[in-house]
Amino acid sequence: MARAAVPGRLTWRVGTLAEARAETPTARTLVLDVPGWPGHLPGQHVDVRLTAEDGYSTQRSYSIAAPADGERVELTIQAVPDGEVSPYLTEVFSPGDPVELRGPVGGWFVWRTTAMDPVLLVGGGSGIVPLMAMIRARRAAGSRVPFRLIYSVRTPDDVYYADELRRRARDDAGLDVTFAYTREVPDGWPHPPRRVGVADVNTNGWPPALTPDCFVCGPTGFVETVADILVALGHDPRRVRTERFGPTGG
Amino acid sequence: MGIVTPGFRGRPRSSGPELPPGQYLTEDFPVLSAGPTPRVPMDRWEFVITTETSREHRWTWDDLMALPSETPTVDIHCVTKWSKLGTTWQGVSLDTLMSDVDTAADYAFVHSYGGYTTNLPLADLLDGQAWVAFKFDGEDLHPEHGGPARLLVPHLYFWKSAKWVRGIQLRFDDEPGFWETAGYHDYGDPWREQRYQGD
Ligand SMILES: Cc1cc2nc3c(=O)[nH]c(=O)nc-3n(C[C@H](O)[C@H](O)[C@H](O)COP(=O)(O)OP(=O)(O)OC[C@H]3O[C@@H](n4cnc5c(N)ncnc54)[C@H](O)[C@@H]3O)c2cc1C
Repeated sequence: MARAAVPGRLTWRVGTLAEARAETPTARTLVLDVPGWPGHLPGQHVDVRLTAEDGYSTQRSYSIAAPADGERVELTIQAVPDGEVSPYLTEVFSPGDPVELRGPVGGWFVWRTTAMDPVLLVGGGSGIVPLMAMIRARRAAGSRVPFRLIYSVRTPDDVYYADELRRRARDDAGLDVTFAYTREVPDGWPHPPRRVGVADVNTNGWPPALTPDCFVCGPTGFVETVADILVALGHDPRRVRTERFGPTGG
Repeated sequence: MGIVTPGFRGRPRSSGPELPPGQYLTEDFPVLSAGPTPRVPMDRWEFVITTETSREHRWTWDDLMALPSETPTVDIHCVTKWSKLGTTWQGVSLDTLMSDVDTAADYAFVHSYGGYTTNLPLADLLDGQAWVAFKFDGEDLHPEHGGPARLLVPHLYFWKSAKWVRGIQLRFDDEPGFWETAGYHDYGDPWREQRYQGD
């Protein structure tokens, strides 16, 4: 496997919530101001550390949703029912509140704006987050590399960045977006809800002969299935990069 | 102590078992991998230890099964913050595999089916600290979790326990593996929270 660059030492920094936006009824984008933030590559994540009054603290990883932009770091968090951290970040954490984070972390699940091969992005649920950073970075860098996104959601109401994706699919030349709905489809959708399968990946992805870079992100089961499909369709396993977010869901 | 995050309470805490810093307890068995899960055909499976003088010691699947195995019950700690306590495995101790291997090397460079690699000091593989494991909870190890066989080095962060293990190269120098090259720690002691280079 190819080697990635070695980043320097990662220190904890204090970020402040500048702005929060609802993406869906259960997911929220947090825009943090992080003085001294060193910048990041699309696809990388941060570790967030929360500390309670009594000194108890816990950490979770969250992908960065937007390309590097000075000292701003954008995350999008899905509230996991009964979760310890995500309900706090989506419902309680308020503008002006501080939080510790460090990063950027991860040098493998990244897309560089200088890369030339076509790109296939397959995201399930909150797995769209690092993929969105790649889509946004592509446009910001004026890259013309063809991108295809297959985005699996439970229902039409669960689509993150819905307006922006619609606009980009129209305006960002060379970006195709297709949806898969697993629980409930929009009116007039040609088939009933279903999970992403071989046919979807074959029809809406790239042929292996084009040697695309594939990025698959989401709940573990989703990533396993899609990565297996890509390999079965003939994609080189070394070109299939995965990020597994959690045990279930999707 | 870190800065307090206003309004964050965390889960109700009783005096549970002590965990390494930054870790939380899970009953699930999450998965950390960089790519698709390789499927390894058993008839072609082999495990090879290569010494610093390029001497190779090889085991087929049947060879491995013929060796005495152990059933360690251990705690595991993943760098993605989860810990899982009291997991039971079955595998062949590295002490058994190394018993006929003549080496003066200090480091081990572990490689896997699928191209994954990781590095650690050889000493951390010996003295009852590491196994080539092929069963988890009494069942054949699922491919997602590294089956047919993975390295098990529970005292280090779990990425050192290379899934789909294929061989170990013994070396005089410490060559960074896959996650280590991407910024993770060369040693990875969870109790000292050595997640990333420089920790
Ligand atoms: C590299 C990386 C990047 C990530 N990026 C994002 C991101 O951009 N946005 C985001 O929302 N999350 C992301 N996650 C997941 C995140 O780190 C947490 O696992 C998630 O927010 C749940 O934490 P919690 O404390 O709320 O739940 P916990 O208290 O940890 O868990 C509560 C219950 O929910 C289950 N659970 C845990 N995680 C998930 C999950 N992801 N889906 C469904 N069930 C789960 C647990 O098994 C448990 O039963 C990422 C994870 C990794 C490893």
